[in-house]
Amino acid sequence: MNTDRNLLFGGILMIALIITPIDGRSQDIPDSINLDSLVQYYEMVNFDHAKHVGLSKDCAVCHHHTTGTAVESAICIRCHKNSGANAVVSCRGCHAARPFSAETINANRQNPLTYHKDKVGLRGAYHQSCRGCHVQYGAPTGCQDCHSRKKEGDALYDAAKYVRKLR
Amino acid sequence: MKRRDFLKACTICGAAASLGFSRQAWGVSFEGYPDRMGVLVDLTRCIGCRSCEAACNKEQQLSAPALPFDDLSVFENKRRPTEWAYTVVNRYETKKEGVPVYRKVQCNHCNEPACLTSCLVNAYTKTKEGAVIYNPKVCIGCRACMVACPFSIPGYSYSSAFNPVVKKCIFCYDTRLKYGKPPACVEICPQEVLTFGRLNDLIKVGHERIRQIPGKYIDHIYGEKEMGGTGWIYLSGVPFDQIGFDTTLGNEPIISNVKEFLAFIPMVLAIWPALFSGLHLLSNNGKDHDNSIPHQEGAEP
Repeated sequence: MNTDRNLLFGGILMIALIITPIDGRSQDIPDSINLDSLVQYYEMVNFDHAKHVGLSKDCAVCHHHTTGTAVESAICIRCHKNSGANAVVSCRGCHAARPFSAETINANRQNPLTYHKDKVGLRGAYHQSCRGCHVQYGAPTGCQDCHSRKKEGDALYDAAKYVRKLR
Repeated sequence: MKRRDFLKACTICGAAASLGFSRQAWGVSFEGYPDRMGVLVDLTRCIGCRSCEAACNKEQQLSAPALPFDDLSVFENKRRPTEWAYTVVNRYETKKEGVPVYRKVQCNHCNEPACLTSCLVNAYTKTKEGAVIYNPKVCIGCRACMVACPFSIPGYSYSSAFNPVVKKCIFCYDTRLKYGKPPACVEICPQEVLTFGRLNDLIKVGHERIRQIPGKYIDHIYGEKEMGGTGWIYLSGVPFDQIGFDTTLGNEPIISNVKEFLAFIPMVLAIWPALFSGLHLLSNNGKDHDNSIPHQEGAEP
């Protein structure tokens, strides 16, 4: 009777432990993220975050120190040796979608406490970080390999069926 | 009488000379509009996608290109800006492990533009926002600016039979810069090759990038001093002369070739008549003509 209950509790505990992910990281890492900052010309990108988590094994490669892992770069370590997790970890949380608007430029200029005055915007961050790594590791690097063009995009490039009549 | 005349002549000469030599009054020293905008072009980031060319074409409502903007075969030849393409991207093969370097070419919006200096009809204006713009209605199509520009930028509408004018990048002044917005090419660049901001800040940003990552960049910002300083400045990972930049231009703007000479003119015009009249009088002992021509002083002709 008692041993049956103990067995039952033990069994439930075991099952609970098994089904809980045991990789030690936070539970709310998204598996996929929708990137839609370029919807004017390109289809939304469904970014396979889970796959890249598995490939990189180190969050700091993309997220700097904001997810709690230490940065590797000697340049960053000088100040961020003990920097831990941030409340904001998403790319778009720190990298401005419109880095050259008057508001962003003036805010950057007028704040005397900002050190990172040369922070890239969101588009630059995506391409330099993501594409840069893809170039290094032989992953797809073409524009449409990651985001396919809409017809507005074809019109922008005068491509596909939007090739205009020549002068 | 003679002494008084001599003293008068000396006083006038002295006044004229002091006017001529005080360059500060005649030649105002202007360091440029302090809030002028500029663009820092980081050529280590460019991947040759030509999105900037496409965006410029749409923003400035230029006519159709011969090939789509995602066609990369255009890189086989070096191109220059024309009436249909205010900006072009060229590819250069360098000794650096066969990795090509791409360079965006467009008007550099100089601080003391050669085009503006050479224009016969004052069609060009350097705005306080930093753009060098032109008025096509004033342009007479003489192409002096095309000769003067050290970067060979202005294009010409050869296609127009009756009203050919000069065409070039205007920093998107009419549609964007005037309203505090970045130009179309800057906004669309996926790699953020182009950084837009106040030129004085960008020069500091450029030097800081060189300092932070030793070895990545050549320790020089092209355009910081060349031709008196330009609004579009460049960082490169390979020597600038290997990627099509003219490194022999020097730091003086075109106007310096004529500025000192022209500043002398007021002094010359003031002094020479007085000086040579004085010398002439002295040599004639005060008689400004001899009496060989028979006439009566004061008589009517």
